[in-house]
Amino acid sequence: MSDLTTKTAAEIAALVAGGEASAVEVTQAHLDRIAAVDDRVHAFLHVDAEGALAAARAVDERRAAGEALGPLAGVPVAVKDVLTTKGVPTTVGSKILEGWRPPYDATIVERLRAAGTVMLGKTNMDEFAMGSSTEYSAYGPTRNPWDLDRIPGGSGGGSAAALAAYEAPLAIGSDTGGSIRQPGAVTGTVGAKPTYGGTSRYGLVAFSSSLDTPGPCARTVLDAALLHEAIGGHDPRDSTSIPQPVPDVVAAAKLGATGDLTGVRLGIVTEFAGEGAEPGVLAVFREAVDALTKLGAEIVEVSCPHFTYALPAYYLIAPSECSSNLARFDGVRFGLRVGDDGNRSLEEVMSLTREAGFGPEVKRRIMIGTYALSSGYYDAYYGQAQKVRTLISRDFTAAFAQVDALISPTTPFVAFPIGARTSDPYQMYLADLFTIPTNLYGGPGISVPCGLSDGLPVGLQVMAPTMADDRMYRVAAALESAVGTFTPPAL
Amino acid sequence: MAAISREEVAHLARLSRLAVTEEELDTFAGQLDVILQAVAQVGKVAAADIPPTSHSVPLTNVLREDVETPCLTPEEALSGAPDAEQQRFRVPRILNEDLAS
Repeated sequence: MSDLTTKTAAEIAALVAGGEASAVEVTQAHLDRIAAVDDRVHAFLHVDAEGALAAARAVDERRAAGEALGPLAGVPVAVKDVLTTKGVPTTVGSKILEGWRPPYDATIVERLRAAGTVMLGKTNMDEFAMGSSTEYSAYGPTRNPWDLDRIPGGSGGGSAAALAAYEAPLAIGSDTGGSIRQPGAVTGTVGAKPTYGGTSRYGLVAFSSSLDTPGPCARTVLDAALLHEAIGGHDPRDSTSIPQPVPDVVAAAKLGATGDLTGVRLGIVTEFAGEGAEPGVLAVFREAVDALTKLGAEIVEVSCPHFTYALPAYYLIAPSECSSNLARFDGVRFGLRVGDDGNRSLEEVMSLTREAGFGPEVKRRIMIGTYALSSGYYDAYYGQAQKVRTLISRDFTAAFAQVDALISPTTPFVAFPIGARTSDPYQMYLADLFTIPTNLYGGPGISVPCGLSDGLPVGLQVMAPTMADDRMYRVAAALESAVGTFTPPAL
Repeated sequence: MAAISREEVAHLARLSRLAVTEEELDTFAGQLDVILQAVAQVGKVAAADIPPTSHSVPLTNVLREDVETPCLTPEEALSGAPDAEQQRFRVPRILNEDLAS
């Protein structure tokens, strides 16, 4: 493994800016690493070596011409296959979009290019971002670099595994119920879900539009903040984008790294500190809380009584929105078409196409959503879930009147063995128990590695008020300064 | 008592335009039943007077200036289509035989 692949994004950018390494050298080192390990990890669905080297050459030429480079210029980045990339295959982990080459870039991809980052390729994910293990990808599972027989989390398991395997120093994920934070936790990497509306959804293939939030993944808190700053901010092409500047997450990460949390009040969510998490995870979490106390933080317990109902509310709201969003996959404008023999009707071709193109979890969610939205059940299921969503948001508001940020374990359990939860879909849903409330509320959340349980990573989640993303970066960076970063065994 | 029957799942599959197999119906019926029984817990919350939240960002209509901006060419827009004809998406027949004749 080259030294260049073990560096942080901030270090790589400094080397490139200072002329100590070229962007092409950095990119080639990561492409070599991918070639060496990705047949075992399977983090990538598509590697764009040619595009990456061309982008790297452009950065080197700009530097040679004396142009000022941005803080991430020349840094490779892996992009979850949920974002459209012009001319580069985008599958969303589904057979229904196999071979599709989008005619346009997502806003985030445009901003990554403008920042001078180098896109290495597209990462594996649960089909349409529905899952918590990346086992629901139509292209086979991604493996956790900490133990290749275990899951890397999901839906963004490919992005998290690429970081943990040193195939990329930065990655993009998307978080609808925990798909950035949970993979971060189980791979020992950092994953941040920005405030909903703080990052653009333009070009993000929709799953649940009121919850979907793209965001940064990295191996350090500062790198995540640098990436957050590069991709965040208002986008007129996304009507739910918040027309305000990105909170100063980079300054907050640097402040946190000084290791001083004096005057910061943190609330432990009572409902998530006892039952529901395995003992090993809770033990590591409690040690992390002690570390935060030593850094000067004041810790109090805060009850959020409706968080208990977040999981059932989410698994009504998200499938309802999914059943509506995925109606666009009709075999007409893009992707697969099956059974069009000249005799079958549009409706028959549509049904055959969707049957062949969607995997079992996507079908389950479409049917649950169709059920929850149907006239006889709407009030009892979808309508009631929306009211519970209000109560969960009120719990957050009440909690943030008492504390600056909330903390919990990111996930109830460490990475589980591949195949352990696929036969019982509801057991899979429990992986998102602690991450889902944030999505329903719309605030930001970050997972930062805080220790190991039986040799497997445990993440601590920091949740902050809407548009106070900087607060969570400060707390996460402070914890990182105390507990360090975690490196998996050599692959 | 089961929350959903095999017949209801078959109906949902038709509404969802999914040509599921008999074998899938057997599997899905049991799985959807477990999921629906679990998510029905939302009914335990007393929320009669609570307004629903559809979205976390308070939204009013978001409008933009009516100015021309570059857009996809017809070739680009049709580039991913399974079938195209005369710069249009070609679709399978929409009307039934007897209605069309």
